[in-house]
Amino acid sequence: MPRINVNVDGVQHEDDVEPRVLLVHYLRDRLGKTGTVVGCDTSNCGSCTVLMDGVSVKSCTVLAVQADGTEITTVQGLSADGGLHPVQQAFHDQHALQCGYCTPGMIMAAVDLLSNNPEPSDDEIRHGLEGNLCRCTGYENIVRAVRQAATAQAGSEQAEPAGSPEGVPA
Amino acid sequence: MTAVEERPAREVGSARKRREDAHLITGRTQWTDNITLPGMLHVSVLRSPVAHGRIASVDVSAARGLPGVVAALSGADLADDWGSLPTAWTVSEDLKTPPHLPLATDKVRFVGDGIAVVAATSREAAVDALEAIEFDIEPLPPVLDMTEAVADGAPLVHDDVPNNRCFTYTEHHGNYSATRERAEVIVTRRFINQRLIPSAMEPRSVVVQPTGADEYTMWTSTQVPHFVQIFMALVTGIPQQNIRVIAPDVGGGFGSKLEIYAEEAITLVLAKRLGVPIKWTETRSEACQVTIHGRDLIQHAEITATRDGTVLGLKVDLIANMGAYLQLLTPSIPLLGRYMYPGIYKFEAHDLSCTGIFTNMMSTDAYRGAGRPEATFVIERMMDELAAELGMDPLEVRRKNWINHDEFPYTTVAGLEYDSGNYEAATDRALELLGYDALRQEQAARRDRGDTVQLGIGISTYTEMCGLAPSRWLGETGYVAGGWEAATVRVLPLGKVEVVSGTSPHGQAHETTFAQIAADALGVPFEDVVVIHGDTRTAPIGLDTYGSRSLAVGGMAIVEASRKVVDKARTLAAHVLECDVSDVEFSDGKFSVRGSPDAAKTIQELAFASFTAHDLPGGESPVLTGEAIFDPEVFSYPHGTHLAVVEVDTETGEVKLAKYVAVDDVGKVINPMVVEGQVHGGVVQGVAQALFEEAVYDDDGNLVTGSFVDYLVPSPADLPSITTDRTETPATTNPLGVKGVGEAGTIASTPAAVNAVVDALRPYGVNDVRMPCSPMRVWEALNQARGGAQ
Repeated sequence: MPRINVNVDGVQHEDDVEPRVLLVHYLRDRLGKTGTVVGCDTSNCGSCTVLMDGVSVKSCTVLAVQADGTEITTVQGLSADGGLHPVQQAFHDQHALQCGYCTPGMIMAAVDLLSNNPEPSDDEIRHGLEGNLCRCTGYENIVRAVRQAATAQAGSEQAEPAGSPEGVPA
Repeated sequence: MTAVEERPAREVGSARKRREDAHLITGRTQWTDNITLPGMLHVSVLRSPVAHGRIASVDVSAARGLPGVVAALSGADLADDWGSLPTAWTVSEDLKTPPHLPLATDKVRFVGDGIAVVAATSREAAVDALEAIEFDIEPLPPVLDMTEAVADGAPLVHDDVPNNRCFTYTEHHGNYSATRERAEVIVTRRFINQRLIPSAMEPRSVVVQPTGADEYTMWTSTQVPHFVQIFMALVTGIPQQNIRVIAPDVGGGFGSKLEIYAEEAITLVLAKRLGVPIKWTETRSEACQVTIHGRDLIQHAEITATRDGTVLGLKVDLIANMGAYLQLLTPSIPLLGRYMYPGIYKFEAHDLSCTGIFTNMMSTDAYRGAGRPEATFVIERMMDELAAELGMDPLEVRRKNWINHDEFPYTTVAGLEYDSGNYEAATDRALELLGYDALRQEQAARRDRGDTVQLGIGISTYTEMCGLAPSRWLGETGYVAGGWEAATVRVLPLGKVEVVSGTSPHGQAHETTFAQIAADALGVPFEDVVVIHGDTRTAPIGLDTYGSRSLAVGGMAIVEASRKVVDKARTLAAHVLECDVSDVEFSDGKFSVRGSPDAAKTIQELAFASFTAHDLPGGESPVLTGEAIFDPEVFSYPHGTHLAVVEVDTETGEVKLAKYVAVDDVGKVINPMVVEGQVHGGVVQGVAQALFEEAVYDDDGNLVTGSFVDYLVPSPADLPSITTDRTETPATTNPLGVKGVGEAGTIASTPAAVNAVVDALRPYGVNDVRMPCSPMRVWEALNQARGGAQ
């Protein structure tokens, strides 16, 4: 069985994995990183999106062995200090989630979008998130949230730590 | 300043950000598939690859010896462990309810019908072992076309259901044929309301843990944990009190999780047999294949009118695809719309018939709106067709026939009493937001210059009935249960508040909006209220979430339970303040003696005195708690005006939704942010039916759209921004004046979008485009109008 070395949300892991194991199943079943979810198995919905070396990938179409030697960031590792990343804060502020199932992937895709294009137009946001499906929101408030996050990040190049929403223990 | 002083004077009406978000945006979620228990086995289901066939043999023996496999069982092996899955609505005396076992034993009836299961130590081992099961199915000709299904000599899905006819139903209101004789104009149309796949983003998942002697805890991705508890007891014979059902985080439902599924029975029965925790999680392909589908009707409609545009009568004949089996509510869904076909218009006669047909496809059942989108589609399309026939503006025809705001309450031809509404106000606002007149000018200009990209404007002035439902009505229509809802409100010893609701949310923000209601009713800070739901042990009484009922029914129970708590606290306050109860005033959470407001006790202070019970007034019991069960007497009737603008490329057939305005009247609003979100999502789901989505089976009964590769759930790039606004005509039938909003957007938007497409193409002789209005369908409609072959 191949052995992989992978850093997930700042923690180094060394594991033997079956070659057929998908990255999302490695994250969920082996590491207990259940914040990342499976939505479609065919890389259409983007619910499983994580960052691999800073670039968004759909972890249901990446083999765990392909993650060898990489750094993976999931929604659970997005904000190291226990606060919220500006994109997470914006999703809360703009009511950009309802059931919340697509949200981890949507947030990670939005983080990647903004790192490539810090000031996207609404049209660019919609096309940038084309690979992520949401069944609840009609995307309206997701676009608003990404816009807010872009403004927030532009306002503080060093991205001040955002406050906690009600109910989030710091 | 204290927290109490900082909070809004009233919570109700405030755009509180959601309580629910904290764990969802940080990945600290509790989806059923996240659950892992010691010794847990994974289940995989072997499914029929043919649509219709007789099971000759299923041999699981080769699977049993494979690595990790603990059990492999066929439908025959488990036939004595369970009974038929339930159907809860006997819609007619002639309804046929054939047996529906969780795993098939005699025949398979659709591609995906389960025939055997494997339980193994890993998901991979379970899936691998399915390959080792040998089975022989003798294929039978599949029944896939509803019109052919009823012909004599057609193959039978169920051997004892002649002509595949599940039920027939008719209603007559007024004298339709008399209107036909008087009519100056008669318009007839045939619509295909296509089959849809609900596509909640979270695939279904079930985990069952044995917890004692024939006792179990089931976590399931469901809208209806209370239903699941009752029906699992009936299906498996396990005593109801021994089954605890928990709906943890649930990733969307849209009706598809208002269901009792085979896999819930399978996991429960395997947990009982094997004595260890069992988990099943569907793949997206399974979600497409074996989670219920929506819609799928052929709708014949005929409208009679006079030349001046006054409508007289409406006749609707429906043929509804049940699929292979009746799931929980299957036969009732087309009929849930039966009162809504006349919409907001003053018809004098209305005939309706409906025939339910069995086919070799997945069962249909409730999908967002459940019968009402189908009805609204017909009436709103027909009003446009009537206008076109008369050469009138579609708005003018609507104005001429709708119920004016000063005519409420109004009893429609279908017998429903609409309590309130203001169609004029909603329409005026929508027109203003859209810039209707300017767009009509733009449309005329494009027509004049023969632009290849034409503009279309679609109108939908919808209403719906929600707040399911009055128990008496449910009983009269053949439903097995009631439609009430329960709540418990208790003030804890330290003054904090627990609200227990029998509804079970999956994205609708109950934890936030119900806390707002209780905070106002008790006069306590929003932050001090927690909402408990979705667990038959901690919220034991309830009828769950569907039909836009949570607020209009469940919210009322919270209001009533809160009132009981206040009444109890008032008695204690009188005792503490040493005055007569009639002299106690309650305002903003404080009890005071009339005339001396300084001597006051908050309900939160009184909670501890009630808890210690050291000095209670005579006859009073300890603890500030109140329970209430609310059973509505009538439905509520949201309404609104939606306007869609499309650009249609007459050369490629491509339709682009360019603009969308939704003005809804859902009565009083608890949280405008949440309401707007419901409208956004609902509108897009309805537009998705109009423009993008269709479940397609091939001629052998294989689901062609078996994953998101082929089933086109729209992405953000497919859609424009949606403009929303509200008018507010309070419901007169409940104390909060609320109506419900969960389904409104979906009900309204499908006809708005299709009307826009047809409006764009009207000059080309097109008077209908079959949904979804894909480039191919638009091209076919144009080609047919030009006299070409389809």
